[in-house]
Amino acid sequence: MKIAVFVKQVPDSAAKMTVNNGVASWGDAPLVINPWDEYAVEAALQLAEKHGGQVTALTLGGESAKEALKHALAMGCAQAILISDPALSAPDAGATSRVLAAAVKKLGDIELAVFGKQAIDSDTGLTPAMTARVLGWPALTLVAAISQLDPAAKTIRVERGIEEGRQIVDGKLPAVLSIVKDFGEPRYPSFMGIRKASKAEIPTWSLGDLGISAPQSKVTWPEISGLAQREVTNEMITGSTPDEIAAKLADKLIAEGVL
Amino acid sequence: MAGKIFVYIDHFKGKALPASWEVVGAARKLASELGASVSAVILGSNAESLAQTAIYCGADEAFVTEDTSLADYRPEPYATLLSKLAKEHQPEAIFFPTSTRGRELAAMAAVDLDSGVVPDVIEIKNEGGKLVATRPIYAGKLLSKVVCKTKPQILTLRVRAFTKPVEDANRSGTVTKVPAAMSEADIPTKMVDYATVEGRVSLGDAAIIVSGGRGTSNNPNLTPPAQITDEKQKEIWRAQQGFKMIGELAEALGAAVGASRAAVDAGYVPYAHQVGQTGKVVSPDLYIALGISGAIQHLAGMRTSKVIVAVNKDPDAPIFKLARYGIVGDLHEIVPALARAFKERLHK
Repeated sequence: MKIAVFVKQVPDSAAKMTVNNGVASWGDAPLVINPWDEYAVEAALQLAEKHGGQVTALTLGGESAKEALKHALAMGCAQAILISDPALSAPDAGATSRVLAAAVKKLGDIELAVFGKQAIDSDTGLTPAMTARVLGWPALTLVAAISQLDPAAKTIRVERGIEEGRQIVDGKLPAVLSIVKDFGEPRYPSFMGIRKASKAEIPTWSLGDLGISAPQSKVTWPEISGLAQREVTNEMITGSTPDEIAAKLADKLIAEGVL
Repeated sequence: MAGKIFVYIDHFKGKALPASWEVVGAARKLASELGASVSAVILGSNAESLAQTAIYCGADEAFVTEDTSLADYRPEPYATLLSKLAKEHQPEAIFFPTSTRGRELAAMAAVDLDSGVVPDVIEIKNEGGKLVATRPIYAGKLLSKVVCKTKPQILTLRVRAFTKPVEDANRSGTVTKVPAAMSEADIPTKMVDYATVEGRVSLGDAAIIVSGGRGTSNNPNLTPPAQITDEKQKEIWRAQQGFKMIGELAEALGAAVGASRAAVDAGYVPYAHQVGQTGKVVSPDLYIALGISGAIQHLAGMRTSKVIVAVNKDPDAPIFKLARYGIVGDLHEIVPALARAFKERLHK
């Protein structure tokens, strides 16, 4: 079974974000693999280990994004591919999805295209469902557990995390999955994995290699701004007993009208 | 922009998410400014009754279908019908609530209609028919203005970012029944079952959230049962007693229970409760942080709460910088006292 897993390189979640000349800046915070995508890699690897097959990690980005691919390789992916083309500047989720769908087709015989829930930079969470739609495959998003998979019969049963709890759905392969944190902790890259990843050849595919021209972005972001400083009048509440403190706070919150 | 604004009414088993009405209200306001009309699209069970509420909230018309193939939400048949309706009526914009269903339907409809999506919008300004939306990025550490250049302009509106309109029972509108757009045989997925928690207040909708962190585990006065010998399991057991207490406070307040990533990663509570950059980003009227020190990822996920209360043993905890009210103390003493105080005042 051939599985593709898509990852993105993002600023570390601990980064303090600022705006520099209209551009988002993360200062000297490191760039890392999108934390949600680690769950996707974990899910892809578990499926390949259980049902046989190999996992290819792909990303769309500049040369530095190879580091995110190396993380996926170190976790255990068999190969990695960077999709990079100067014609792709600031693609929106729709344009990204069209490129990723073309990459899935070029890989050939992919049964599952696996994504993280969303990227922690742009936070759109659109790409998995859009890619599924471009491919014409079922979108099984927000997957918390894969309860059944039969590669021969090409069927899959997943539990999706929704507002109300879980929805259990049967789907047909090939399919697009997006994985949420309930799936289980992603593995740490092993020492051997890191060594292997550091030596791995990571080919670059251009749009020409994918046989497409640059898809148009429909969405633009003309302005990025920092947040207004939150004005908080801070008041510490003290008292001689917990009940006295609690009573003071309760009265203040009621007076504030938030209850 | 004369023309229509479509609003997708998200619901679960025929019960609308409150955010659906917030979206109708936002669409109504814009439509009145623009001389446009609002069309609610309601697919699945109980659609006709929801159509009435949509009209009372500001819709001019509603498209409904209760076809059995649409009884349960599935993205493919829902998106296909929605896109078909949009192709027929050429709306200027389509609005969704940012729910799990709204987000993916918006994504799929955008592909079908060759347009773009602006997700998780907290503000919309009309500039001559062009909708300039504001949305948080980097989990709310920055804001971005975003424009969808193509029609329909597809936006998903963040839950609780827009005011729920007052229902006006004097409003009337037409309700049009439409057939399903896919036959059951062509739908690639089958609904098997739900495992839902009844009566739980969901984090996204909650007006009040009470959250616990690492601090829930260090109540020295608790002795774990003798059969738990593993230190880690003892810690989890202690934290679970802490969260039980937090649950009682939440109940007294009608609040949802949240948690920090540290508490989730330590196995104290399931991931569904996590607030923060890799959890849920929330914006309630009142956020009570208990034993949460306030890592930047957590603060990003709750900083737009109207009033923040922090209880922490450490007076230097970063959470206090955002807090309107702070209490330096042991949550295990403060939380039961708070539950008593609120019960006394709110449930007389």
